[in-house]
Amino acid sequence: MNAPATGNSPGMILPMAKEIPSGAGEFRLPSTDQPFVLGTVVTAVGPVPQIGSELFWRDLRGRYLVRWNIGRDCYSVEPGLYALGHPRDDSPVMVTANYKLTFDLLRQTLSGRDLWILVLDTKGINVWCAAGKGTFGTEELLDRIQASRLAEVVSHRRLIVPQLGAPGLAAFEIQKYAGFRVVYGPVLMEDLPAFLENDCRATPEMRIKKFPLKERLVLVPVEVMQGLQQGIPLMLFFLLVAGLAGDGPFLNAALVHGLPPALSVLTGIIAGTIVTPILLPWIPGRPFSVKGALAGLVLFFLVFIVSGADGSGYFMLEPISWLLITLAVSSWLGMAFTGASTFTSLNGVRKEMLRAMPAQFAGLVLGIGLWGASFWLG
Amino acid sequence: MAELRYLEDVVTLECDRDRCIGCGMCSVVCPHGVFVLEERKAVMAARNLCMECGACMRNCPSGAITVEAGEGCVRGVINELLGIEGPCC
Repeated sequence: MNAPATGNSPGMILPMAKEIPSGAGEFRLPSTDQPFVLGTVVTAVGPVPQIGSELFWRDLRGRYLVRWNIGRDCYSVEPGLYALGHPRDDSPVMVTANYKLTFDLLRQTLSGRDLWILVLDTKGINVWCAAGKGTFGTEELLDRIQASRLAEVVSHRRLIVPQLGAPGLAAFEIQKYAGFRVVYGPVLMEDLPAFLENDCRATPEMRIKKFPLKERLVLVPVEVMQGLQQGIPLMLFFLLVAGLAGDGPFLNAALVHGLPPALSVLTGIIAGTIVTPILLPWIPGRPFSVKGALAGLVLFFLVFIVSGADGSGYFMLEPISWLLITLAVSSWLGMAFTGASTFTSLNGVRKEMLRAMPAQFAGLVLGIGLWGASFWLG
Repeated sequence: MAELRYLEDVVTLECDRDRCIGCGMCSVVCPHGVFVLEERKAVMAARNLCMECGACMRNCPSGAITVEAGEGCVRGVINELLGIEGPCC
């Protein structure tokens, strides 16, 4: 224990510290009673849970489900120190979040290596988002270093922290209060092996966060699920109101007047949550609300005109209302994709929202109004 | 592939040249290559690419960098507009 200040709770010396949670900094190793723990590795501080790189059916199933937004809010591992393979006191220490998806990808990426993994309690959130919220942060890392008695487990004083953890964590403060030097690893986990082999040096390309098609594709299912969550009540509203208020039997009226606007909502959802993310770089316009609306416009004409359901036979206001509904929904959901994107800023999104939301709201209200008016007038 | 860029001239990133000690940490942590070192001073070479994540500010030992950091997330901004404390993403 030659590191300064490890005897005190870091909360007592950090000027920006908040109230210290009870149990912070107290010695604690993660439970071995977790399905992915293979055994233990004996260290100076006790048996550290040992994990492997191989993912089992249970891990893959969990990964698949969270990609569809199922169980995503409670997909975590116990924070603390883990041993991957058979690390020694001079093996590297990797810092990560306790989102199980992240944890699994990390141990899979580092297959065949022996090292320590220090998992921070980020409440099951990935590194970048947790860093933005501050849970992947200076105080949590200081606490976790102390709680794991890391300075007794390893002989060196170096931590490899993902670069995208930097918004929450100050390297100079970790050095100052725990005596560990933070080395920022690459943005992408897949670059970690190359980084480790290059004496922990990242190339300039490894420092840049891009947003390629494959990354946008992985996000699509969650976007679709969230879009459906918001859109299905609206679709049911159209079907129900049309069925009750239209002429003739419920089912007939719901199909004639309710199905087209429900389909408009669905078109908007597809445009905003599938087309916009996939075609993001190629759709004109910088604001995501504009991209979403353009995707909605094109898809609307594809769906309603190419499919032959061109609205002939309807009072003219009705097809106009369908278009407005699609545009409002696709623009709104396209804008929501800023939250998942990797290059939009808070002040940019704020500016965009203050301009786009009135238009989206007006579009939806006008759409519903025209729709309601048309099948009573028509 | 077409370049992905967001809105121009909206970010709040500022860098005080006089306080900069030239450690280069900002250029390490920035995920969009906003900073470069010129004559041992950090320079915002691509300010419009900033996404206000705050990594540079947090890791600047001399406090030379300021930015209104936060997540550009629709729900977060709505919560802010409604004045409620709520989760973002």
